[in-house]
Amino acid sequence: MIDAPAKLASIADFEGFARSLRSQDRTGTRSVRLCMGTGCQAKGAARLYELFEEAIKQSGQAGAIEVKPVGCHGLCQRSPIVVVEPAGIFYQQVEEPDVAEIFRETVLGGRAVPRLLYQDPETGKKLEAAEEIPFYKVQQRIVLSQNGRIDPTKITDYIAEGGYSALVKVLTSMTPEEVIAEVEVAGLRGRGGGGFPTARKWRSCRQAEGAPKYVIGNGDEGDPGAYMDRSLMEGNPHSVIEGMLIGAYAIGSEKGYIYVRNEYPLAVTYLRTAISQAREIGLLGENILGTSFSFDIQINRGGGAFVCGESTALMASLEGRPGEPRAKYVHTVESGLWSKPTNLNNVETWANVPPIINRGGKWFAGIGTEKSRGTKVFSLVGKIANSGLIEVPMGITLRRIIYEIGGSMRDGKRFKAVQTGGPSGGCIPAEHLDARVDFEELTKLGSMMGSGGMIVMDEDTCMVNVARYFTDFLLNESCGKCTPCREGLAQMRHILQGITKGDGQAGDIEKLNDLAEILSGTALCALGTTAANPVLSTIRYFRDEYDAHILDRRCPAKECRGLFIYQIDAEACKGCGICLKNCPVEAITGERKAPHVIDQQKCTRCGTCWEKCPFTAVLKV
Amino acid sequence: MTQTQSSNTMPLPAALTSYVSGNELMSQDSQFIEQIVDRYDRDVGMLIPMMQDLQAECGYLSPDSLQALAKRLNVPLTRLYAVATFYTSFRLAPKGAHEVSLCMGTVCYLKGSANITQAICKEFKVAPGGTTPDRLFSFTAVNCVGACALAPVMVVDGRYHDGVTPGSALEILHGLGSAAQAAQAEAKETAE
Repeated sequence: MIDAPAKLASIADFEGFARSLRSQDRTGTRSVRLCMGTGCQAKGAARLYELFEEAIKQSGQAGAIEVKPVGCHGLCQRSPIVVVEPAGIFYQQVEEPDVAEIFRETVLGGRAVPRLLYQDPETGKKLEAAEEIPFYKVQQRIVLSQNGRIDPTKITDYIAEGGYSALVKVLTSMTPEEVIAEVEVAGLRGRGGGGFPTARKWRSCRQAEGAPKYVIGNGDEGDPGAYMDRSLMEGNPHSVIEGMLIGAYAIGSEKGYIYVRNEYPLAVTYLRTAISQAREIGLLGENILGTSFSFDIQINRGGGAFVCGESTALMASLEGRPGEPRAKYVHTVESGLWSKPTNLNNVETWANVPPIINRGGKWFAGIGTEKSRGTKVFSLVGKIANSGLIEVPMGITLRRIIYEIGGSMRDGKRFKAVQTGGPSGGCIPAEHLDARVDFEELTKLGSMMGSGGMIVMDEDTCMVNVARYFTDFLLNESCGKCTPCREGLAQMRHILQGITKGDGQAGDIEKLNDLAEILSGTALCALGTTAANPVLSTIRYFRDEYDAHILDRRCPAKECRGLFIYQIDAEACKGCGICLKNCPVEAITGERKAPHVIDQQKCTRCGTCWEKCPFTAVLKV
Repeated sequence: MTQTQSSNTMPLPAALTSYVSGNELMSQDSQFIEQIVDRYDRDVGMLIPMMQDLQAECGYLSPDSLQALAKRLNVPLTRLYAVATFYTSFRLAPKGAHEVSLCMGTVCYLKGSANITQAICKEFKVAPGGTTPDRLFSFTAVNCVGACALAPVMVVDGRYHDGVTPGSALEILHGLGSAAQAAQAEAKETAE
């Protein structure tokens, strides 16, 4: 429910309503902001919420203190995260028993609880505010600026923070052409992976013949190891809706769709709530705010098919058909959904639009590099100390992302590669860590921007196996419509499987290269043409690992079973007998309290001894 | 081609035969299909949401219900079957009492989710995408649940378990079985 007039019938109504929301003096208000992102929820944030509510009730200050569920804060590694206002004290890894202390000390007393603060691993200093934490310091948040601040289920929160003011600006003072020109000045490019200039797409769609015209928000985030869109839709759904409204105005569309991945039920719920609230107060529907502009949005859930992230496949899915792409000699801006002009952008692209309108294209263009403007959201995950969701200006180096924000490698391991761009991206090795992150640079390195997955791998990761994993993934997700993708990937997987099992043949790498060339030249859609990237980039940078597998039957990362052996370190072995007892083939011998030995003839390399040894005396060599 | 010829050509694949020899639906079910079709204004373009609603209600897409929906929308059954088999979220067989998804996303994979799948399949005699013989749970290996900071992740009935190992995964799943048994015993006790 919203405390608002039933419907805002004019621009003046909206401005009055927004003013009244903003005028409520929030400075000095005591509130507890609880992250309700997936990471924090998995660690019991919902229960913390209840406990805080209870504590407030018991203190008899129900009206004066507020608990606010908010979207993802980003530092998922340290979840659950709780921020106490007005001081903005940032607590991490909060557990149920901590609630009483936080409430007593911080909410009522205004003092920090040092043991729950983030400790800088370098200086050992306890940090109170999020901005002081290195993870956040290097970031620049535009798209995520409201994430973790507003309650995503309340349109009033969004409006109080200036939401929908860009829409009002557009409706009152800009022509559609001017809107497109502003986005062009900003230099915004598609955040879903392609990097196509947004303004050019909008203009083509606006100029295309045919009606009605459709706009689509692509939230079918299918890349494994990426959750940027999820956090955006869950943390600030109105920013996507406002962006689409502005785009629809610019293009001349009255009907929009948001296509959300089936695995994201919370995003669907929050978007539905957001849309119905926007309708309720007249920001969606007929004659928005009393103007002649009408626009409404419908949500469609995906069916669990990776290929539906591709624009033409997504449109096929929206039409109720299997999500098979088509050749794009006729662009979707001319003939897309139901063969009508259709403008599809990723939800992150849409969320960039309101700030561009509010603060101007020039401001936006001042961030980033010459050809890649603005910021980009990444999910920084893998074998790294601080996993989480980050937003950085384009052009920042990989090294700063991994070492300053990510806080270096986990367990003191050595960095090997960072995989960007999702399954069709590539692996970038240490020698290119100083590369600047933008569309062109990443492509030059044999990877790509993609939608923003950034997966860090360490010395224990076998790059041939990584290539096999992605090829496997893509083969499973190939829609099967075109032969190069369907059959080419099957052959590539066959070869890679052979290599990782120790059956690699001389000439395998050449065969992989040939298949890759056919794939990139002839596949029907972008998923097929880029599907060989993981293989090509690992061959390019880690050829020695392929050679070790094929020529020496050896896996340097000691990941591929059968391509390394287990040995017992005689000095570390205490002779406890656990490995001996657990070995399924009786390959281990040794007296009690004396070093044990593995009979390599009998050993099947199952790894049981390695897992069971309490003294890490079993080594992979 | 005449009608008799076409029916004599290729035998239908086994999976499909049950789809053409279905029984009449219970009136209650057919009413529900009616409702779903109305909900989306009989728009064939909304076929996927209709099938999602149908599955949400019935737990899976039974041959009869799909046939009834096809009839109601006046589209060939093959069209529905094509959609149902293309998208991984559709199920053509009844599901188990619990739903278990194991994330096979890149980060989970790097952190050992393949071993967890193996352990689950071996222990419970279930294949990814299938249901345990005792219908305790349906098991899916999903591409990515988007909770990469928690890897490896297993989702049980919507609840996220982080940092799972083969051992802890089996423990959680065995817990489902014993919880079900305890509930059964309790129900029996109260009945007595």
